[in-house]
Amino acid sequence: MRSNLTRLSYAAALLLSMLFASAPASASTGPALKAGVFNPPYMAPDFSLRGSDGSDVTLARYRGKVVLLAFGYTNCAAVCPTTLATLAQTRSGLGKAANAVQVVYVTVDPARDDAARMKHYLAAFDPSFVGATGTSDALAAVRKKYGITAVKQGGGSNYAMAHTSSIFLVDRAGKLRALMPFGHDAADFVHDVKLLLVQ
Amino acid sequence: MKARSIIVITLLLLLAGGTGWAALAPIHVASHDELFEIPQGTWARRMAGEKIEILPQTIRLTLGLNDVLLLRNKDDVPHIFGPTLIMPGQSFSLPFAQASTYTFQCTAHATGQLNVIVDPPPQSAWDRLRWRWRKLTNTAWRFAGLPYQHEHGGHG
Repeated sequence: MRSNLTRLSYAAALLLSMLFASAPASASTGPALKAGVFNPPYMAPDFSLRGSDGSDVTLARYRGKVVLLAFGYTNCAAVCPTTLATLAQTRSGLGKAANAVQVVYVTVDPARDDAARMKHYLAAFDPSFVGATGTSDALAAVRKKYGITAVKQGGGSNYAMAHTSSIFLVDRAGKLRALMPFGHDAADFVHDVKLLLVQ
Repeated sequence: MKARSIIVITLLLLLAGGTGWAALAPIHVASHDELFEIPQGTWARRMAGEKIEILPQTIRLTLGLNDVLLLRNKDDVPHIFGPTLIMPGQSFSLPFAQASTYTFQCTAHATGQLNVIVDPPPQSAWDRLRWRWRKLTNTAWRFAGLPYQHEHGGHG
């Protein structure tokens, strides 16, 4: 009997704890951006790679613009076309403000993605997009700075690259502000870019 | 004997009342954040051969309640934590707006990926009861200094 009483006491205490643990309180407003936000934001790691437009690609070159930084490869079957189409829609959705936005697409597959190939590929989405390529070592160093993974899958000439599919948002001051996971639509990018442009 | 009966009846009433409240009362939360932290010294302890589990293989969130994944690096070195690289002293706050299952590449896990399951807001009394129970057990687990518990288990 005493043991049963003890168990009942524990159960009652637990439920009372639930009352306190779930006590009503005011709700927070949540983050303003749709993307994941870095706090505090630090300067985005810069790099110098060969650009699809024939020049060197650095982030410093785009100070004053919001940079949408993506990693991928031109032979990507599903993820990259979706990402790049979304980013193209984003620029369309921004209207005149699109001039203050630069998409930079860094390859994870330098063996196949030279500057000319990237230019041709990106032009199908938006001619303003800039591709960046370089040596395997240089690109690996960039990936390391951003925590990007890229793993070769399969052999022969039709291999694939499993890679991080998130997109980084760099503000006009060059700070790495946010990361948008794959799957968000253009409306979310437009929302976040507009916020970053006015800050 | 009479006093004991009164205690039992009181406890049963409390139990029934608490359960009823937990099932029927609307849920309000002070914060939408579901926080995970990398403690200071984690890298050094890992270098010393210690196996430290911080982020579960699968994280379960609920839309409208705890739907913001908040990752904080309190260590002295950068860490790949969930979907991104987080600098020392920095936090990363990732909101979710749709109930779904999300998979992120995460080198901190042996499988190379992190799953985040975002459930729809609890609608039924049973859903509310389960949500409160899970919140309570997770809070108690953390308070006791144990790894975060989830239905799917597994820690990277």
